[in-house]
Amino acid sequence: MTRFVERHPVWALIAIIALAILLWLIFAVWPPGLEEAIGRKRVFLNAVFNGITLGGLYFLVASGFTLIFGLMRNVNLAHGSLYLFGGYIGYAISASTGSWILSFIIAFILTALVGVLLQVIVFRRMEGQDLRQTMVTIGLSIVFADLMLWACGGDFYQIQTPSWLIGPIDLPLITAIKSSGEPVYLRYPLVRLVIFLASVVIGVAMWLALNRTRIGMIVRAGVDDRDILAATGVRIQLVFVLVFALGAGLAGIAGVVGGTFQSLSPGEDIRFLLASLVVVIVGGMGSIPGAALGALIIGLAEQLGSVYIPTYAIVVTFLIMVLVLAVRPQGLLARR
Amino acid sequence: MSVTHDARVQLLPAATAQRPAIRTWPEIDNPAAWIVAVILLIMPLIANGFFLIEIFATTMILGTIALSLMLLAGYAGMVSLMQLTIAGFAAYMVAVFGTSDNANISLGWPWWLAVPMALVLATLFGTLGGALAVRTEGIYTIMITLAIGAAFYYFTNQNWAIFNGHTGINNVATPRFWGVNWRADIPFYYVVLGTAALCYFAVQYISRAPFGLALQGVRDNPRRMAALGFNVNAHRIAAYAVASFIAALAGVLQVWNYRQISPGSVSVGACIDILIIAIVGGITRPIGPYIGALIFVLLRTFALDFLVEIGLDGNRFRLIIGLGFLAIVFWSSDGVIGLWQRWRNGVNESKRPATPRPGGGHGHG
Repeated sequence: MTRFVERHPVWALIAIIALAILLWLIFAVWPPGLEEAIGRKRVFLNAVFNGITLGGLYFLVASGFTLIFGLMRNVNLAHGSLYLFGGYIGYAISASTGSWILSFIIAFILTALVGVLLQVIVFRRMEGQDLRQTMVTIGLSIVFADLMLWACGGDFYQIQTPSWLIGPIDLPLITAIKSSGEPVYLRYPLVRLVIFLASVVIGVAMWLALNRTRIGMIVRAGVDDRDILAATGVRIQLVFVLVFALGAGLAGIAGVVGGTFQSLSPGEDIRFLLASLVVVIVGGMGSIPGAALGALIIGLAEQLGSVYIPTYAIVVTFLIMVLVLAVRPQGLLARR
Repeated sequence: MSVTHDARVQLLPAATAQRPAIRTWPEIDNPAAWIVAVILLIMPLIANGFFLIEIFATTMILGTIALSLMLLAGYAGMVSLMQLTIAGFAAYMVAVFGTSDNANISLGWPWWLAVPMALVLATLFGTLGGALAVRTEGIYTIMITLAIGAAFYYFTNQNWAIFNGHTGINNVATPRFWGVNWRADIPFYYVVLGTAALCYFAVQYISRAPFGLALQGVRDNPRRMAALGFNVNAHRIAAYAVASFIAALAGVLQVWNYRQISPGSVSVGACIDILIIAIVGGITRPIGPYIGALIFVLLRTFALDFLVEIGLDGNRFRLIIGLGFLAIVFWSSDGVIGLWQRWRNGVNESKRPATPRPGGGHGHG
């Protein structure tokens, strides 16, 4: 962090100012002139919170994608299919047992199992041929999409939110002051906050596992140079399988999350594949903190964009990607 | 850097290295090519309107879009998933500048003004996208071009001022001049055939022109080409410009064919279909995309009846496409023409076991 500030003082200053403005917009009571210019604070705060929670969901999808890419150089374009598969599994489990938590566990296990099968049966045979692997993942995504359409039909599914998470809570953020002088607080759905917190916990846990454990050390070494790592006697194939399982399982969890606060239908796989592509392009391929930053930026841009410039929301996302590619082609937080 | 570079070489086994330095067109002394040409020319005598347009014209339009991908992937080693997006952009531009039912959007220009405008804009669009994509290497190119294609799809869905949202633009006018309705089955077939042949021979020519040879050098070893004084990125961007123009031509034909354009025609699935067509056909020679397109169109048209015939669910067409694509990627890195070449080599070798392996390159068809 300090090195970044030393090397790019101008960019650091711009980032700090932007962050300060954002924090002021969130915490301060807006003066009347501002409300006239850009609308009610409640709308803005809702967009920001939706953006952050959507960013949490994007992070869950993209972190698995970027982890797999970082270690195995495998652009898994079937990642969106794993997301949708996890969502359908989660729906089936929660509809039959009524347990939301159980649906996460089973979705994780089953998608991780699919990931293991993919790695063992398919990708191990074509190691090092990344372009061919990518083609195979495209073929697999088509096959998976059609199989899921066959099994689940074209309907929309939504996973039932558990009763203890239903309903909004008051956040200690003032959206407006009533004429009587009484402050109005922001009300926000509890389930979204819980999901966001969970994704933060998962992100921190992944960061700790990667940076503070032996397995994490092996994975990081594999990202840097898998040939030398294999030469030192590490069973790299086992590491590959484990990482692929973890990445796929995360996509499955994300599917349950997405099915809870959005909905599941054919086409969602492409949407989330695109989202994770943009997130990792912006954040930097193979970097977990990059995925977090990219997910936050894209989530916020998408939600704020859809509130303030509704017809061009997707263009904002795209422009961010173009800007990052033009200034820093390797992504914001990639090391190279 | 080196990883992605290796991958590119592995996907394209040194077909060009074996190609003898032919200075003439390889088609001239190939009887099969002449037979195919004659059959295509007299096709309106044999086939009815359905086959002429729904099968052959559609094949040649899709094949031409895939040809632009083949030019990029085969000669420059860049797999671009946005070729269909460029074609769709050109199609939209024809609809926007030309005449259609959506009078508040279409400007009503005559076709000879709208089409060049569409071609220029689409080529610009593709070149800009290419300039973005060449900032990264190998597999990153796939991701960025896919992101561009998907962004365009969502944009057309959301934008009502120019692209008319998800309903798209309907009843696009087609050209009529010299007393001919050029969208009538037979004239349109010849327009498509002429354009496809033009693009095919242009790509065939480029592959042997200095520019194409430099491009193949860039594909095989960018660092050495840079050391030799070639501007690697300029060559790549120029390849994108040429490919964009070819895709744009096909896009104009596509909008005339269907007389309408909507976001569904530029969806991500359709972008991936173009990749499938090119890979299934084979991306080492320009004929590959057309063979792939023929297989794709035949499957798309008849798979439903066929599946019902053998007692399966007719809606599983995409499953067959996906499985076929997987099989091709698994067993042949050069698509159907690669399989055919291998089979022919096998036959030749069993006939003359003593001779060395015949050069895989010289063209047929």
